[in-house]
Amino acid sequence: MLSFLARRLVAAAATLAAATVVVFVVLEVMPGDPALLMLGTEARPDTLAALREQMGLDRPAPVRYLAWVSGLLTGDLGRSMTYGVPVAELVADRLAITVPLAGLAILASTALALPLGLYAASRRGRPGDFGVMAFSQLGVAVPNFWLGILLVLVFSIGLGWLPAGGFPGWQAGIGPALAALVLPAVSLALTEAAILARVARSAVLETLGEDYVRTARAKGLSNRAVLWGHVLRNALIPIVTLVGLQFAFLMAGTVVIENVFYLPGLGRLLFQAITQRDLIVVKDVTILLAAMVVLVSFAVDLLYAVIDPRPKAGS
Amino acid sequence: MRHLSLGVGLLLTGLLVAAALVSFFWTPHPADAIGIARRLRPPSAEHWLGTDQLGRDVLSMIMVGARNSIAVGAVAVGLGMAVGVPLGLLAAARRGWIDEGLSRFADLVFAFPAILSAFLVTALLGPGAINAILAIGVFNVAVFARVARGAAIQVWGRPFVRAALALGRGPVSVTLVHVLPNVSAVLIVQATVAFAVAILAEAALSYLGLGIQPPAPSWGKMLHEAQTFMPMRPTLAIFPGAAIALAVLGLNLLGDGLRDALDPRLRPSRGAG
Repeated sequence: MLSFLARRLVAAAATLAAATVVVFVVLEVMPGDPALLMLGTEARPDTLAALREQMGLDRPAPVRYLAWVSGLLTGDLGRSMTYGVPVAELVADRLAITVPLAGLAILASTALALPLGLYAASRRGRPGDFGVMAFSQLGVAVPNFWLGILLVLVFSIGLGWLPAGGFPGWQAGIGPALAALVLPAVSLALTEAAILARVARSAVLETLGEDYVRTARAKGLSNRAVLWGHVLRNALIPIVTLVGLQFAFLMAGTVVIENVFYLPGLGRLLFQAITQRDLIVVKDVTILLAAMVVLVSFAVDLLYAVIDPRPKAGS
Repeated sequence: MRHLSLGVGLLLTGLLVAAALVSFFWTPHPADAIGIARRLRPPSAEHWLGTDQLGRDVLSMIMVGARNSIAVGAVAVGLGMAVGVPLGLLAAARRGWIDEGLSRFADLVFAFPAILSAFLVTALLGPGAINAILAIGVFNVAVFARVARGAAIQVWGRPFVRAALALGRGPVSVTLVHVLPNVSAVLIVQATVAFAVAILAEAALSYLGLGIQPPAPSWGKMLHEAQTFMPMRPTLAIFPGAAIALAVLGLNLLGDGLRDALDPRLRPSRGAG
């Protein structure tokens, strides 16, 4: 068990280290002169020189790489060229929107998918099952940004119930802030729910065939008691794993959805930094998002190892 | 259900391909014909899906957009297969450090969701269709390498492969004659899924302005432009999105149907989905 976890930890750390090298090489080595890439060919020589000095471009690339990585580890992410403030400050502000958004989306997708998956499994082969599977196929096919646009069309422009975009800030109160996150979270949640409902259905069907379920039924327990008391608990293993694995897609989704709803989160910061060629922010935010994906994958491995003994023997 | 998936998938994918092919020699109106006098028209006999804010025919733009989506998807999947499948087969045949290296490469690629790697490529090279293809293609290399490796390892454990090895066949010959034909079904199914993912990723990138560039029409860009004008003409935001959803739905159903048709052990009633 411990050696399995140690190996996964080393693999996660190695992936993370390789990711920092990739990001650094792509954004600081491959462009040749990152300052020129940021300011463009029309920039004045003295402005270019000032930026080169600020970025420490006179130092060799390996030294700059080590300085960047040690800054990442100590929370010193450098200074944004566009905003003129420390990147760490910017990131902290933006995470206050992206993290609740991702959390709401996971909550909404799980709350929708679990009952649907259970319902479909209990109605296997019947119209209800067919309906859930059709929803699942449709949900996967609908791009989340299109769903976001449609939700705005109906709930903001049509009914006027929820804001079409923007974020009032948490200081405006929980109500208005959450209201601004509802439509983006639902847009993100639908695709995830569609996949999750399918997996939940499969997991429940598989568990329904187990001996202990037959025993529970033989004891005279009702269908409902068997489903909630025995089946769901055991079917949760693949479901929890998938929720973790979907995190990467969710983070990718927030990048697009935050731009649909003009939410000033981490994804919008990254997008704006790219269009403004603020490579310092691009570098930091990209590695931060990649680190979140790697860490969540590792956490899922941990969880899986704790819940299910098989992968330990297998690897 | 199995035949329904395959049938609907074939129909929708056929429509997508037909729309793209027909657009090469016929569209109801030239897709780039601007006409301020006819802008934001509702669907009518002349413009079946209406016109956009510049008076361009929406149906014609969707047809040409299908061509662009297919092109991006085909090249991104082709790139993924051309590089990823040989890598996966090699890792399965040799195992050891090559296999370990491939797994670490895949871990690294998967640390960057496709859209994130597309952002990185865009930051370096600027926005554009080629860069979008490159980013999605690199992601697909890792996907196909992993799928090919997993399927090939299973085939390597089968008795007929051991028999071929015992008869003195080399690993290259075994891979080409025995392993590749036996993993091709899995790869074909993966190709349809990857194609659908590529269409979604390209649409998202074009929506953000990082994919196909003007004046070439793309479904994602049409949605982005529609957002400004949808209070006046809601259909502008509906048709391009429906085109993306139907294309992706068709490819996913085709993949499901093919998987079931090519592997008789998989039956929907077992709950495999």
